[in-house]
Amino acid sequence: MKKQYDKKRVVLNLILIAASVALLIYANENMSFYSKRIINLCAVYAIMGLSMNLINGFTGMFSLGSAGFMAIGAYAVAIFTVPVDVRAEVFYLQPMWPLIANIHIGFLPAMILGGFLSAIAAFLIGFPVLRLRGDYLAIATLGFSEIIRIAFTNLQTVTNGPLGIKYIPSFDEIWWPVGVAIVTTVFMFLLIKSTYGRAFKAIREDEIAAEAMGINLFKHKMLSFVISGFMAGMGGALMAGILGTIDPKQFLFTLTYNFLLIIVLGGMGSISGTIISSVIVTAGLEWLRIADEPMIMFGYHIPMFRPGFRMVVFSILLMAIVLFFSKGLMGTKELSWELLGNWYKRQRARFIKKDPSLKGGGSK
Amino acid sequence: MDFPTFFQHLSNGISLGSLYALIAVGYTMVYGILRLINFAHGDIFMMAMYFAFFSITLFHLPWYIAIVVVILITSVLGMLIEAAAYRPLRDAPKTSVLISAIGVSFLLENLATYIFSGKPKSFPEFTYMTSTVQFGPVSVQRVSLLTPVVTLAALAILLYIINRTKLGMAMRAVSKDYETARVMGIKINRVIAATFAIGSGLAAIGAIMWGVKYIRIEPMMGVMPGLKCFIAAVIGGIGNPVGAVLGGFILGMGEVLLVAFISQLTGWRDAFAFVALILVLLIRPTGIMGEKTTEKV
Amino acid sequence: MNQALKTMVPVLETKNITMRFGGVVAVNDLSIQVNQGEIVALIGPNGAGKTTAFNVITGVYTPTSGDVLLKGESITGLLPDKITQKGVARTFQNIRLFKNLTVYENILIAKHLRFKADFMSATLQLPHARRMEKQMHTDTELLINRLGLQSVKNEIASSLPYGQQRHLEIARALATEPELLLLDEPAAGMNPQETDELTAFIREIKNEYNLTVFMIEHHMDLVMEISDRIYVLDFGVLIAEGNPDQVQNNPKVIEAYLGVEEDA
Repeated sequence: MKKQYDKKRVVLNLILIAASVALLIYANENMSFYSKRIINLCAVYAIMGLSMNLINGFTGMFSLGSAGFMAIGAYAVAIFTVPVDVRAEVFYLQPMWPLIANIHIGFLPAMILGGFLSAIAAFLIGFPVLRLRGDYLAIATLGFSEIIRIAFTNLQTVTNGPLGIKYIPSFDEIWWPVGVAIVTTVFMFLLIKSTYGRAFKAIREDEIAAEAMGINLFKHKMLSFVISGFMAGMGGALMAGILGTIDPKQFLFTLTYNFLLIIVLGGMGSISGTIISSVIVTAGLEWLRIADEPMIMFGYHIPMFRPGFRMVVFSILLMAIVLFFSKGLMGTKELSWELLGNWYKRQRARFIKKDPSLKGGGSK
Repeated sequence: MDFPTFFQHLSNGISLGSLYALIAVGYTMVYGILRLINFAHGDIFMMAMYFAFFSITLFHLPWYIAIVVVILITSVLGMLIEAAAYRPLRDAPKTSVLISAIGVSFLLENLATYIFSGKPKSFPEFTYMTSTVQFGPVSVQRVSLLTPVVTLAALAILLYIINRTKLGMAMRAVSKDYETARVMGIKINRVIAATFAIGSGLAAIGAIMWGVKYIRIEPMMGVMPGLKCFIAAVIGGIGNPVGAVLGGFILGMGEVLLVAFISQLTGWRDAFAFVALILVLLIRPTGIMGEKTTEKV
Repeated sequence: MNQALKTMVPVLETKNITMRFGGVVAVNDLSIQVNQGEIVALIGPNGAGKTTAFNVITGVYTPTSGDVLLKGESITGLLPDKITQKGVARTFQNIRLFKNLTVYENILIAKHLRFKADFMSATLQLPHARRMEKQMHTDTELLINRLGLQSVKNEIASSLPYGQQRHLEIARALATEPELLLLDEPAAGMNPQETDELTAFIREIKNEYNLTVFMIEHHMDLVMEISDRIYVLDFGVLIAEGNPDQVQNNPKVIEAYLGVEEDA
C-alpha cells in the first residue's frame, strides 16, 4: 500500500520538476526585463524568508537582524565584482582602500564570500546576543543590523559611504537567483528533516525541556543563527547582482519587516509556506504599485490612489494577518501531495453536497 | 576643549537626554505591564509632532490650548492602538504581539508618509523658546533649560500616580502578576488603557519640545528616537520609570558628549545607543535599577 | 529483595549543597546519597525546596555552595545538557513536553544527544550520518513499543490525556539512556488507579533499564510502597531520612506535615 503511494509521489514530483524547469526556461527566454526582475526578487525574498524562518519559525528565537546580514553579502559582491577600471569613477570622493582596490573576483566566489562573511558576522554577534531571550534578542539583533549599516555608511574607502556603489555587473537572466533559491529550499528541507532540525524545533517548543534532553542550547542556537546568516548573505549578494547599484539606505532595518511579513503570512515554521508567500508578497508589492498611481474609475478620480498608498495597504495587510490569521497560510505544516489530495477531496465533497448530480462524474 | 564649549555641549546633552527620558518612560510603563516592546511608541511620538504642527499652523490654536489638545489626541491614539492591535492578542503568544507592534509602527510610518507626505516640514517657530539666555560666555536656548524641568516634573507626577493613587496601585498589581490581578477584580483593560494614555501623553510633551528645539518633522523621525528610548529604558532597568529617566539622560548626554569629544565619530552617533545596549545586556541585563527575575522551572 | 542496601554503590551524592536566591535560602546544607539500583524519594511540605534541589542536581541552577557528585565525579555547575549526557534524565513538575510535536518526535528528539555527526553530514545524509539516523529511529520504535505508546505514536503530544502525557515524559527521559532518573512529582494530578499503574510502571522500567530512581512525590501511598529510602526536607533543611517505616514514625516529620500539636 505504502510502496505504491511512494511511487505515485515520485512520479508526481518528477512531473512537477519537469514542468517547473520548462516554465523557467520559457520565462527566461520570453519574458520582459521587468518580469524577470520580479522573478529574481521573488527568489531573493524566498531565500531571505527561509533564512529568517530558520531562526524565528523553526528555532523559536525572535531575530530582526536580516537586513544587516543581507547588507554584508550585498557589499561583498559590490566591492569585489565592480571592474577595476571603473572603480575610480565609483569612488570619486575618496579613492578605494589600496589593499582591496585591485582585487577583482567573479560573481560566484563573491557571493559565496558574502555568505561566509555574513555567517562569520552572525557567529561573532551570536556570542553576546544568543543568551538573551525573546524581545531582548529582537532589539539586540536589530541593533546589530543598524550598527552594520552605520559602519557601511562610514567606511568611505571600502564601501564608498552613503553614496553607495554602482556599476556592479548585474545579470538579466533568472538562473542565479532562482538556482540559489532552489538549492536553499532543498537544503532547508533536508536540514529540518535531519536530527538537527528536530533539535531546533525542540528548542522552539520548550528550551528548558530541550536542554534537559541533552541538547546544548547555545550550540544549536548558534548553528541556526550562523546558517541563517549565511543564507541572508547569499540573498544580499544576489540582490546586489540584480540591482547593480546598492547603498546603505537600502538596508535600513525596516527592510527586515518585508521578510517578517513573508514568514508571518507563509507560516512561522513552514518552508513551503515561505516560498508561496514570498511570491505573493513580492508580486503583490509590485502589483500594488497601481495603488501609487492616480486611478480613474467611472470617470471619477479616486483620491486615495497616490504615492504612499501602496505601503499603507501593505502594512494594513501585515496587521490583518497578525490579528486574524496568526497561523498564516501553512502554520507549521508543509505542502505535500497528501495535503493537496485531502484538500481536493474536501472541496469535491463540499461540491457534491451542493450538487448531487456530479457524484457519478468523479473518477475512481 | 574650553569650558564654555564643554558647557554648551553639556546643556545640549541634558536637554536631549530629558527628551529621551520622556519617551523612555512610555516604553518602560508598557513593558512593565504587558512585557511588550511597544515598537509603535516612537511613531506615536512622531504623530504627536504632526498633531502639534497642524493644530498651530492649520487651526491656529494658541500654543497653550494646542499643547493640551495635542496631549489629549496623542493619548487617545495610544489607547486606540492598544485596543485595536494589542488587546485582541492578550492570550496569543508573545511573538504575535511583538509582530503586531511592529505592524502598527510600520502602519503609522506609512500612513504619515501618505497623509502628510514624506517631505520634511518645519515646526512653527517659537521665538521665545528658541531665543537664548546668556550665562557668562555660554548661551543656552530657553527650551533647553525648560526640558529637564518639565521631565523631572512629569516624573514626579508620574511617581505620585504610581505610588499614591488607586490607579497606580492597580498598575503595580498588574505588572507584578497579571493573572492574579485579573482574579482580584482589577479591570485589566482599563489599567492597560490608562498606561498607554499616560505613556503617549508623555511622548506628546516630549514631541512638542522636540519640535520647538529641532524644528524638522518627517514621517520616519520617530524610528531612531524610538529605538534609542527603548534602549534607555533597558539601560535604566525596564519597568522602572526612574530608571527610564536615568537611562534617557545617560544616553542623551553620552551621545552628545561622545561626538563632541571625538569628532571623528560623528557618523557613528546613532551606533552609540546600540553599543550601549549590547554592553548593558552583557554586563547587567536587568539594567541599573531593574529587579532580577528568574524563570520558574 | 532489597539488593540496594547490599551493593551500596553511590550514583548520586550531594555534599552540603546550599542554594540561595537573594535573601532566601531555598536549600540549606543538603547532603544526600542515592545508591545504585535504589528508588529514593524526596518528600516535604510545599515550598520545602525539593524542586530547587532537583534543579541544582540537574544543572538548572549552580549551587551557592556545595558539590554534586555523579558516580564520584563532580558535576557541579555543569549545564543541564552536559549532565543529561552523563546519564541523568529528568521529568518536570509541570509537564514540559514538546507540545506541538508528535509522540514519536518527542522521543526521537531525546535521542539527539547520542548523535555524533555534524550538521552538514546529517543534512546531506552522508553514509555515517544516515546509519546513525536509522539507529535513532529503530531505538525510538523499540522504546515506543516497549512502553505501550504505539497506538498514540503519531498523536500531537498536547492532545494526549493528562496521565499519558506524564507517561510520555518519562518515556522521553528514558530515551536519553540514563542511569539515574529524576522524577518530579510523577503522580501529581493522578487518580488512585492511575497512581497504581504508575507505581507498577516505575518498578518495571527500573528493572528493565537498570535504573536508579530519585523522585519527588506527594502521594504518600506511592512513596511508601515504592521507595527503598526517603529523605524529608522542610524549609530547605533535611529533617529526616530512613526507610518508609522509620520516616512514617519520625516525630519531626509528623510535625513538619501536620504542624506542632499545640498550634493545632
